[in-house]
Amino acid sequence: MKTPEFSAGPVVRRAGQLYDNPEKKVEKIRLTIDGREIEADKGMNVLEAAHAAGIEIPSLCYLRHINEIGSCRVCLVEVEIKGARVLQASCAFPATEGLVVHTSSARVRRVRKTMVELLLSDHHRECTTCIRNLNCELQNIADNLGIRNIKYTGEMKQLPIHNKNSFIVRDYNKCIKCRRCEAICSKVQEVNVYSAINRGYDTVIAPAFMQDLSQVACITCGQCVIACPTASLAEKECIDSVWEALEDPDKYVIVQTAPSIQVTLGELFGYEVGTVVTGKLVAALRRLGFYKVFSTDFTADLTIMEEAHELLERLERGDKLPLLSSCSPGWVKFAEHFYPEYLENLSTCKSPHEMFGALTKTYFAGKQGLDPEKIVVVAIMPCTAKKFEASRLEMGTGKFKDVDWVITTRELARMIRQAGIDFRDLPDEDYDTPMGIASGAGAIFGSTGGVIEAAVRTAYYLTSGREMDVLDYEELRGFSGLKEAWVELKGRRIKVAIAHGTGNARKLMDRLRAGEQFDYAEIMACPGGCVGGGGQPIFGTREHKEISLDYRHNRADALDRIDYSKKLRRAHENPAVKKIYEEFLGRPLSDMSKKLLHTYFTPRGESPGFDFGGEKGRFAGHVEENLHPVT
Amino acid sequence: MSDFINEEHENITGIEKQAPDRITDKERNRYRDLDNVIKEYIKKPGHLIGILHKAQEIFGYLPEEVQTYIASKTGIPVSEVNGVVTFYSLFSTEPKGKYEIKVCLGTACYVKGAQEIMDTLKENLKIDEEETTQDKLFTLKSTRCIGSCGLAPVLLANEDVYGEIAAKDVMKIVREYQKGEKIEN
Amino acid sequence: MKIENIGDLKALKEKHYPLIKQRLGHRNGLGLTQIMVCSGSSCVSTESQAILRELERELDEHGLNENVRVMKTGCLGFCQHGPVVMVHPGEIFYCRVKPEDVKELVQTHLLEGRLVERMLYQEDLTGKRIPSINDIHFFKAQERIVLQNCGVINPEDIEEYIARDGYHTLADAILNKRPGEIIDTISKSGLRGRGGAGFPTGKKWEMTAAQDVTPKYVVCNADEGDPGAFMDRSILEGDPHSVLEAMAIAAYCIGANQGYIYVRAEYPVAVERLEIAIGQARETGLLGKGLLGTLFNFDIELRLGAGAFVCGEETALLHSIMGARGEPRPRPPYPAQEGVWGKPTLINNVETYANIPIILRRGWEWYQGYGTATTKGTKVFSLAGKIKNTGLIEVPMGTSLRTIVFDIGGGIPGGKKFKAIQTGGPSGGCIPEKFLDRPIDYESLKEIGSIMGSGGMIVMSEDNCMVDLARFYLEFTQDESCGRCTPCRVGTKRLLEILKRITEGHGEMEDLDILERLSLDIRDASLCGLGQTAPNPVLSTLSYFRDEYIAHVRNKTCPAGVCKGLFSYRVDEEKCIACGLCAKACAAGAISGAPKQPYRIDPAKCVKCAACVAKCPKEAIVKGSDKEAKINENAGIFSGTGSQESRAAL
Repeated sequence: MKTPEFSAGPVVRRAGQLYDNPEKKVEKIRLTIDGREIEADKGMNVLEAAHAAGIEIPSLCYLRHINEIGSCRVCLVEVEIKGARVLQASCAFPATEGLVVHTSSARVRRVRKTMVELLLSDHHRECTTCIRNLNCELQNIADNLGIRNIKYTGEMKQLPIHNKNSFIVRDYNKCIKCRRCEAICSKVQEVNVYSAINRGYDTVIAPAFMQDLSQVACITCGQCVIACPTASLAEKECIDSVWEALEDPDKYVIVQTAPSIQVTLGELFGYEVGTVVTGKLVAALRRLGFYKVFSTDFTADLTIMEEAHELLERLERGDKLPLLSSCSPGWVKFAEHFYPEYLENLSTCKSPHEMFGALTKTYFAGKQGLDPEKIVVVAIMPCTAKKFEASRLEMGTGKFKDVDWVITTRELARMIRQAGIDFRDLPDEDYDTPMGIASGAGAIFGSTGGVIEAAVRTAYYLTSGREMDVLDYEELRGFSGLKEAWVELKGRRIKVAIAHGTGNARKLMDRLRAGEQFDYAEIMACPGGCVGGGGQPIFGTREHKEISLDYRHNRADALDRIDYSKKLRRAHENPAVKKIYEEFLGRPLSDMSKKLLHTYFTPRGESPGFDFGGEKGRFAGHVEENLHPVT
Repeated sequence: MSDFINEEHENITGIEKQAPDRITDKERNRYRDLDNVIKEYIKKPGHLIGILHKAQEIFGYLPEEVQTYIASKTGIPVSEVNGVVTFYSLFSTEPKGKYEIKVCLGTACYVKGAQEIMDTLKENLKIDEEETTQDKLFTLKSTRCIGSCGLAPVLLANEDVYGEIAAKDVMKIVREYQKGEKIEN
Repeated sequence: MKIENIGDLKALKEKHYPLIKQRLGHRNGLGLTQIMVCSGSSCVSTESQAILRELERELDEHGLNENVRVMKTGCLGFCQHGPVVMVHPGEIFYCRVKPEDVKELVQTHLLEGRLVERMLYQEDLTGKRIPSINDIHFFKAQERIVLQNCGVINPEDIEEYIARDGYHTLADAILNKRPGEIIDTISKSGLRGRGGAGFPTGKKWEMTAAQDVTPKYVVCNADEGDPGAFMDRSILEGDPHSVLEAMAIAAYCIGANQGYIYVRAEYPVAVERLEIAIGQARETGLLGKGLLGTLFNFDIELRLGAGAFVCGEETALLHSIMGARGEPRPRPPYPAQEGVWGKPTLINNVETYANIPIILRRGWEWYQGYGTATTKGTKVFSLAGKIKNTGLIEVPMGTSLRTIVFDIGGGIPGGKKFKAIQTGGPSGGCIPEKFLDRPIDYESLKEIGSIMGSGGMIVMSEDNCMVDLARFYLEFTQDESCGRCTPCRVGTKRLLEILKRITEGHGEMEDLDILERLSLDIRDASLCGLGQTAPNPVLSTLSYFRDEYIAHVRNKTCPAGVCKGLFSYRVDEEKCIACGLCAKACAAGAISGAPKQPYRIDPAKCVKCAACVAKCPKEAIVKGSDKEAKINENAGIFSGTGSQESRAAL
């Protein structure tokens, strides 16, 4: 089946739907909800059917197509079965022809209230100081149900908070056991960090042996944070450190913004999903007191140059193919844990924000005559994995860390509010030069398919001197989120592939293991790419009823609009990039760029802390064999 | 740079740094036995619980290392293995004493005074449920109904069943085991 | 030997039938004596296997091997009187036999031809010794259909099962009948699931058979978790082939080729018998490929549980069979649609399966003759708790609880008063005296706030505290909750906390309302049967024994003297002989007294360890409620200080 993913038009690149195939014909059914006869798609559950008809049923554990386990019991409705009214979890009960449902009877309201009261009776209710205050699904439901006192009191869990790693904080005392983290980690990301441990009241949803996330094969992508309805999982904040740097008169605090921030920050200030707020973003950062406001899109362009050359070099040598992109730190850690034998295939390019940091403390510092020791690089990222990446020991040059602080989109919004800035009232301002100049290619780094599109385009131009036609992707065996295409490069047909979400990455890598040939693949850890990153706005409030993750399309479309609106659309055309090669780096893959812009990777194993295979390890000499069939 | 950064990186790459205790021959044989079990069971799907039963027979309990080993050999995520181990009450993650004293707290035994027996044992052995005495001789547990309701209240010491016991007699049974132990030594 | 046709089966039956016939009471002049040693779990744990070995040794010594055969048999149900040994011909029933009694048994019974009077069953009322099992009322009052082979055949010998017409029904089914016909017979018989919910078995088979998906699976739920229930265990131990045969018939009917028996790891004897039975069935070709020369393949695999009560719930059981955490999931889809490995799966309980061969053999019309309008057939119940004849019985549906407790069960020991009977395990309710005459079936038990459940019955006497019992059951369900859904995970925890408060004397009257309200919501909202039924013990005791709750809350007393916080020990002055042993035994120094004066216990110092009770030669130390103690105190008998509430209550 060959489905062209796009036609020539303003949007030149579409990753396709993440979960649904909109072209699929669905049968319709009719059912009665709260006395109204409504139409719904066959295959929907009662909650979806009600939602489609404008009837909201509150829920907590439900995550469309990902977690439909009916365990929180908040979405209970009365269903008429053989003349009796039975309570059923609407998220797990199929909507069928002729079904009669009551979503708000006295009995439903009473039981629903009891469920939420019970959850609250075992939840650390410190709303005013909570990171999810006013953006918490539990708080929101409690408010909607008008819960004013909790009849059921008793033991409340007192488990230690895991906050010793650099990326994600786990507070078991706020967990409501909805298992959305477990579902997204195992079903979408296929990393399988979480499982329910113990049983009954003692159940916790945790990594094996209740270890900290830094001690298990966690890829730090933060999808669990996005999925969490409360603050049981949250980013490790470092706002205070950034404020401290900003207030230090001796420091030059330079900020860079990842491509996707331009299309997601607005959501936190009441803009529609998919609104481009680049100008206000820049203005806000200036008002926060940053010395320079630059754009990571610039180093994305640079990454394209380096990676395109790397691709050409490998194609020439014919080794270490396919080249696998490495700009998504979640994916990099995924490969380090689960596919260590392919680490040599990873592009040695640092991710754009790290390149940015390295150049700021060398090239930019030199140019401006600044003492690199006084420079603090702050990266505004859509991502919790970038927090971990910045803390990697190899991400530094000499005694300097490339990037000092990584804050997420959510943290930036909090800083803007703390500073009392009226975001909607800000004027549009431009990035500073030179490291704020970027092509449209840099912008589309922020969603799936963008990196490969940009790099292949540049490679094509570098070898042929001509611009390439649009890429024509084909879905791989019906996996949305996994696609491939053929490109003519250097007189050779090369096969490129894209995967987003590490679940899809796993499928791609397993095909590789099985012997399939690819030449170049772009892999992003988060579904949808950076627009769906673990540091992006969380849809939990009453304004955003859509709990599923489909909204990522709108954000990706907005990035495409940025690309399309730019005059400058190819990385190799970026004058600032040309200049930095002339003035400082020499050429792509030069010794200087290898020193500053490239890195290496560490095999980590699926069971960190346990060494069953190593020659020096505890199990040295023990017969070593994989007993399960390798797929 | 804050402290946690170093800490987390050490945790990840620290395997090479610390010289691990090499496994002993005895352990190696146990792991070989476990390999054989896994080889046998892996042929059919869904045998994690069976493997865990056998592993507990081999090792006496299921420490983290064994759970992780089973995960790495079967391809089942270690989180899932740990989830299963902690779900079922027959799996133990702590080493057990030589004698497992199990007091049946099924309803039939309970209404005939099993709780008093449990309390007497706790008081005299100075341990709580699920704990092991310092001399590693006794582990005290409660068990679900073993179906010997006709003999209620019932106590199990490893495989031996003692029925119709009174709270005041229970320490006599325990002392028999202690005595036997001394003779053995 | 491979069994390839009905002829082979018949030949085997011929061969063994004389032995069986003798055990059923025929004096057929075999010139053989058969000694059956009960090898059910209860008798095994009282050393019946040592008796077996001892018997073999003795027979050897006396050279009696030729004419006397010793064999294992399944549970006869009279567990209170185990270990049980039966001698045929004569159906002589010896009970409470000890290994050291074997010598006498062989000498007196076998060599001298006299009964060993002292080991015969002694009737309670008359004190008469009764030699034959057929004259013992406990057995006479029963109707053994499902248990017909238990105690009669050797469960470890497939040929004995065949001699009892075993596997004939399977052969008839796959050689002569269409699946639809068989399902129709099951439907018409009115058989309902014996696991507790009572779903019509024929309908379940029909639903699974109708699925247009392959492969399909047949599962036997042998995860009998209700405390005090051991019906399924006894069937598996005493007649395992009846379950295997039924599963094979079911597989033929629905179109499955693989079966699983999910059995508790806590039942080692049952597991062993099943392993032997499956092995023998495979050897004889009654399991495996091409059964009885047809193209029908069917095999069975055992899957062991690992200690989780919730796995008795069918969707949880499916997860456990597949090696995962035994957590239930919402239905639909039902296991008949999506079961093991996502394929249509028929799940029935052990006792349900055990009914199948006999229904097919004797016809649905015959089966309909037993039971009530809505519930046909018989039911196996286990009796435990404060009852004389603890053990296993089988009676027709519709028998009254009074018949079970006072007639078959022999009533309450020690002249105590009956208080309640708990049916259905932790999911059931406590039934008071006033309902004892109701004929029992699924509906009648539900009406009075309990359930049939799997058939466990626990009898409570006046010495049992119903609040404490509700707390006990809640502790059980709370501990066994899988933790998936909110009402069961948190709700049962809160229920338990309230009950604990009440039993410790800290309850308020308002707590009773909260208890009731929360119980009803948990019942309404829980995901699976475990949570939905968990409040039943609370709701039933609240409705039938509310006065006990009120006594705990308002008067801070435990009328039954069970709740530790609410009673004290005191010395019965009439009985006390002032020996002083109690004072010596008391580690807390709470007992004082002088020669020729009754001793006294200071309730303020007493830790209720009961050490003094054990030491007193005159049983003069008795439990009294706290309130009584206070009354006594006010009368100047004791010198302890009580809590504020107790004083207020006076």
